[in-house]
Amino acid sequence: MNYNFKFGALWRYQDEIVQGLLLTLQLSAVTMVCGLVIGLGVALAAGSPRRMLSAPARVYVETIRNTPLLVQLFIVYFGLPSIGIKLDALTAALIALSVNMGAYSAEILRAGFESVRRSQVEAARSLGLTAGQAFRHVVLFQAMKAIYPALASQFVLMMLATSVVSSIGVAELFHQASFIDSRTYRSFEAYALITLSYLALTLVFRSLFSGVYWAVFVRRPRR
Amino acid sequence: MIREFSPADVVYLIAAARWTVLLALTAMVGGGLLGLLVAVLRIIPLRPVNWLAIGYVNLIQGTPLLGQLFVFFFGLPLFGLSVEAWTAAALSLSIYASAFFGEIWRGSLQSVSPRQWEAGAALGLTYPQRLFYVILPQAVRISVPPTVGFLVQLVKNTSLTALIGFVELTRASQIITGATFAPLPVYLTAAVIYFAICFSLSQLSRRLERGLHAAR
Repeated sequence: MNYNFKFGALWRYQDEIVQGLLLTLQLSAVTMVCGLVIGLGVALAAGSPRRMLSAPARVYVETIRNTPLLVQLFIVYFGLPSIGIKLDALTAALIALSVNMGAYSAEILRAGFESVRRSQVEAARSLGLTAGQAFRHVVLFQAMKAIYPALASQFVLMMLATSVVSSIGVAELFHQASFIDSRTYRSFEAYALITLSYLALTLVFRSLFSGVYWAVFVRRPRR
Repeated sequence: MIREFSPADVVYLIAAARWTVLLALTAMVGGGLLGLLVAVLRIIPLRPVNWLAIGYVNLIQGTPLLGQLFVFFFGLPLFGLSVEAWTAAALSLSIYASAFFGEIWRGSLQSVSPRQWEAGAALGLTYPQRLFYVILPQAVRISVPPTVGFLVQLVKNTSLTALIGFVELTRASQIITGATFAPLPVYLTAAVIYFAICFSLSQLSRRLERGLHAAR
C-alpha cells in the first residue's frame, strides 16, 4: 500500500463541516419533537378500544417499521410531486424523518404506558389520591423512567440515520463529505473524518443523556 | 425514451430483491461469525480484551452505516482490494451486523442467572461443560427472537448500499424511475417488496418470542 493520507487537506473545510454539523443537530431536534408528538398520538390511538382508531395506528407503525427509511424518503421527495405535492429537499427530509421517528416512538411510548401496572393506580386511588394526582405522582414518573433509556438510544439511532437525507441533497453533515471529496479528491479521508465526527456526536449525546437520567431518576430529590 | 411503468418492471424489481436478500444473508453469516467473537470477547474475564470489544461495538454503533459503507468503498482500494460495490457492501454490513449481534448475544448470555453457573460448578461440571450444557441452551432461547428482529433492520439497511451503486432493490428502483419517470409507483412497489420480506421476519420474531416462552 503506497497511498499518502492527507488529512491536512481537509482543514480548510472546517466552516462547511460546522455548518453541516449544525444542520444535522437541527434536523435531529426537529425530528425528535415532531416524532414524539406523532408517536404520542399514535400510541394513544393504538391503545384505544375503538378499532376505528387502533387499526390505522397499527397499520402505520407496521408499515413504517418494515420498510427502509431511504425508500420512505424517496417516496416523499420523488414520489409525492407526481400527485401534485412538491416539497423542497429539507421539508421532504423533515417529513420522512418525523414520520419514521413517529412509528418508533409510538412503540416505545406504548410499552412505557403498559409497563406501569394497574395495581399501582389502584393503590394510589385507595390511598385517597385523585385520578389526576395518581397519574401525575405515580404513573407519569414510572412511565418516564421506563421510556427514557429506549427513547435516548432511539434518538442517537435517528441522529445517525439523518445522514441518509444527504442523498436528496440536504447539506447536513454527511453531505459535506461528498462536497469535500469533490473539491479535494481525498475521498477516503473526507468520509473517514465525517464518519468519525458522528462518533463524537454520539458520545456527547450518550453521556448527556445518562447524566440527565442520573440526575432525574436516580438521585431523586426527597420531598 | 420514456416508457410506461409496466408489469415487466415489477418483475424486474422482484428479481432485484434477490440481491437484497443475498446481501442480507451474507451479512447475517459474516456478521454472525464475527458477532460470536465479539460476544465472547465481551464476557471472558480479561479486562483489556473486554475494553477492545466495547470500543469496537461503540465505534460501529456510534457511526452511521452510510459512513461505514463509504469508508470501505473508498478505503478498500487503498489496500489494493477490489473496488466492486458488492465487496464494500458485504464487508461493511457484516461488520455492522457483528456489533449488534455481539451485543444481543452478550446480553442473552449474561441474562442467564449466575446461580446457574454456581449450580453447575457445585455438580462438578467443568467450565466448558457448564457453558455448553447449562448456559448456552438457555441463552440461545433468549437470543433467538431479538436476533430475528435484528434481521429486519439488516434487510432494511441493505437499501443504503444503493448509494454506493450496488444494484439491489432500491438501486433498481432508481434505475426504473430513470426510464419511466414514474417515481411514485416504482418506489411504492419497492416498499411493498421490502414490507413483504420484513413483515414476515417481524412476525416470525414475534411468534418465536411467544413460542419459546410458552415452551418453558
